[in-house]
Amino acid sequence: MNTKINFAGIEMKNPVTVASGTFGYGREYSEFYDLGKLGAVITKGTSLKPRPGNKPTRVYETTGGMINSIGLQNPGVEYFASYDLPFLRKFDTKVIVNACGSSVEEYVELCKILNTLDIDGVELNLSCPNVKAGCLAFGTTYDGVKGITSAVRKVLDKPLIVKLTPNVTDITQTAKGAENAGADAVSLINTLLAMKIDINTKKPVLANNTGGLSGPAIKPVAVRMVYQVSKAVKIPIMGLGGIVNGEDAIEFMLAGASTVSIGCGNFINPYTAVETINGIEAYMKKHNIEDIKDIIGKVEMN
Amino acid sequence: MPKQVYTKLVKKEKLLDDLYKFSVEAKEIVDIAKPGNFLEIRINENLDPFLRRPISIYNLNKEKGILEFIFQVKGKGTQLLSKKEEGDFIDIIGPLGSGTFKLEEYKNIAILGGGIGIFPLYELAKEAKQDGINVNMYIEFRNKNLVVLEKEFEEKSSKLTITTDDGSYKNSGFAIQYLERDLNENKLDAIYACGPLPMLRAAKKLAEERNIPCQLSLEEKMGCGLGVCLGCAVKTANSPVDNPQYIHVCKAGPVFDSKLVEI
Ligand SMILES: Cc1cc2nc3c(=O)[nH]c(=O)nc-3n(C[C@H](O)[C@H](O)[C@H](O)COP(=O)(O)OP(=O)(O)OC[C@H]3O[C@@H](n4cnc5c(N)ncnc54)[C@H](O)[C@@H]3O)c2cc1C
Ligand SMILES: Cc1cc2nc3c(=O)[nH]c(=O)nc-3n(C[C@H](O)[C@H](O)[C@H](O)COP(=O)(O)O)c2cc1C
Repeated sequence: MNTKINFAGIEMKNPVTVASGTFGYGREYSEFYDLGKLGAVITKGTSLKPRPGNKPTRVYETTGGMINSIGLQNPGVEYFASYDLPFLRKFDTKVIVNACGSSVEEYVELCKILNTLDIDGVELNLSCPNVKAGCLAFGTTYDGVKGITSAVRKVLDKPLIVKLTPNVTDITQTAKGAENAGADAVSLINTLLAMKIDINTKKPVLANNTGGLSGPAIKPVAVRMVYQVSKAVKIPIMGLGGIVNGEDAIEFMLAGASTVSIGCGNFINPYTAVETINGIEAYMKKHNIEDIKDIIGKVEMN
Repeated sequence: MPKQVYTKLVKKEKLLDDLYKFSVEAKEIVDIAKPGNFLEIRINENLDPFLRRPISIYNLNKEKGILEFIFQVKGKGTQLLSKKEEGDFIDIIGPLGSGTFKLEEYKNIAILGGGIGIFPLYELAKEAKQDGINVNMYIEFRNKNLVVLEKEFEEKSSKLTITTDDGSYKNSGFAIQYLERDLNENKLDAIYACGPLPMLRAAKKLAEERNIPCQLSLEEKMGCGLGVCLGCAVKTANSPVDNPQYIHVCKAGPVFDSKLVEI
């Protein structure tokens, strides 16, 4: 049985990765299992300079998931390079850095540094607020995505994955923006903008008022978007949003994803990613599928 | 290093209408846990409630490998948890948190607790007393009907002061008032506190005024409980107003030196 896959030029032993912001830099979950079991680890969103993050309350549970507004707290790329990267490199897995910034210049500066590091790829998080454009997220228009992706592409030789936000009218447009600017792949979806109100205090539960929704609650939206994007672009797709087991992962792959990522599914069970790999293999066995590639995009529409 | 265990509920006790004590077999956790550590409990195999629930360790029975925790029914998660029966299995991760209660070389300590905040203080008092430390314990309840575990805390302290907010049982008023009164007469080496935020703020203030070390156990809404999601942020003391810095309850805490945090 073959579960190996070349995704955006990155040779992965299996299609299962762990999603940015839900796995830190790997240390905590390495206490539960060998990270070498994973296709790749995608790091916490990392910026040029350290970021302190938002005021608490930052997380809150909602039906079948959670909302968060962490505010991209991270120690900055220098710290990552000297402290976390050597740790991650001890494992036989691929390391993809989730990159975030607040201006095009900052993304470019950051990616110049990332280009010099011993990492396997970069995932551009375009859900960050663009300070110069009134803090609207970068990744909401075709031109916005194309502009920032092209700027980064010029300084980055490593595989480039553009992570798309679902908070748009037509996600195939932003996917095309990434493809036309030379991205090697897209990943989707990031969190859906959401709000929860405490009816007793009449205040939103998050200090930031709104936050990103993740978890099983968003999975059907994510699967639909992966399907749409797979029909619109030729570059490969990493699918994520609410995956908690192998069956969920298979659904994304049938919809057109070549690889998948486990986000807050890690929180409810530290072994979710490993169990997802096992679940995919069990499905392949049951359906006599020799090669993982034979699942990708095999949905049969009505 | 935290462990995940899927383990049997061996004893369930109802302490009050909405308060339960669970004893579970968890030698792997008990062997390495310290006072102040907490657990992340999965409510069920379904996806709703989604997140695990953070609950403190009440007692570690090192000989039998039994772990005890006490929880109050608040919302959906604790409600469902309270429906578990003896013999049922529970999925628990623990011990969590690197910030635990430290006894240092203290000889005479004060332990201050209120409401559900008293539970993590039991193991602390127990270990302190075992070490021959003089344990002055001050615990606060809203009223007479909510007083629990009096005998247990009596046993594990050198002196126990119970207060009720409305004076319906023992002393009337806030526990910290009694701690402060004793402090005027006797020197204390350290204050340990867990309870509602106003109590923790008062403890921090008192300790800093009198220049006594103070360890606080804090609560924040958590996502993962392991230190990856960075949800349970608490502001660090003396960080600039325009550039506040944060540390996390689940990883650096839940117990902090009061001088390190702004609450
Ligand atoms: C480190 C730590 C130790 C704790 N120890 C104990 C204990 O020993 N005994 C006990 O009774 N309670 C304890 N709590 C509080 C307990 O976690 C909450 O009462 C419980 O999570 C409520 O869940 P629910 O589903 O019943 O309520 P809901 O209100 O339905 O919960 C909704 C969400 O909010 C979170 N939440 C609600 N209240 C709190 C709170 N006070 N702190 C953190 N998250 C909260 C829940 O975990 C859940 O994600 C502790 C909390 C923390 C952070
Ligand atoms: C607590 C938390 C932090 C996150 N941080 C980031 C981040 O730094 N960068 C990013 O691109 N996505 C971040 N995400 C989004 C996830 O990577 C993922 O896209 C989203 O949660 C959907 O997947 P899920 O439903 O499996 O969690 C975060 C999500 C959560 C829950």
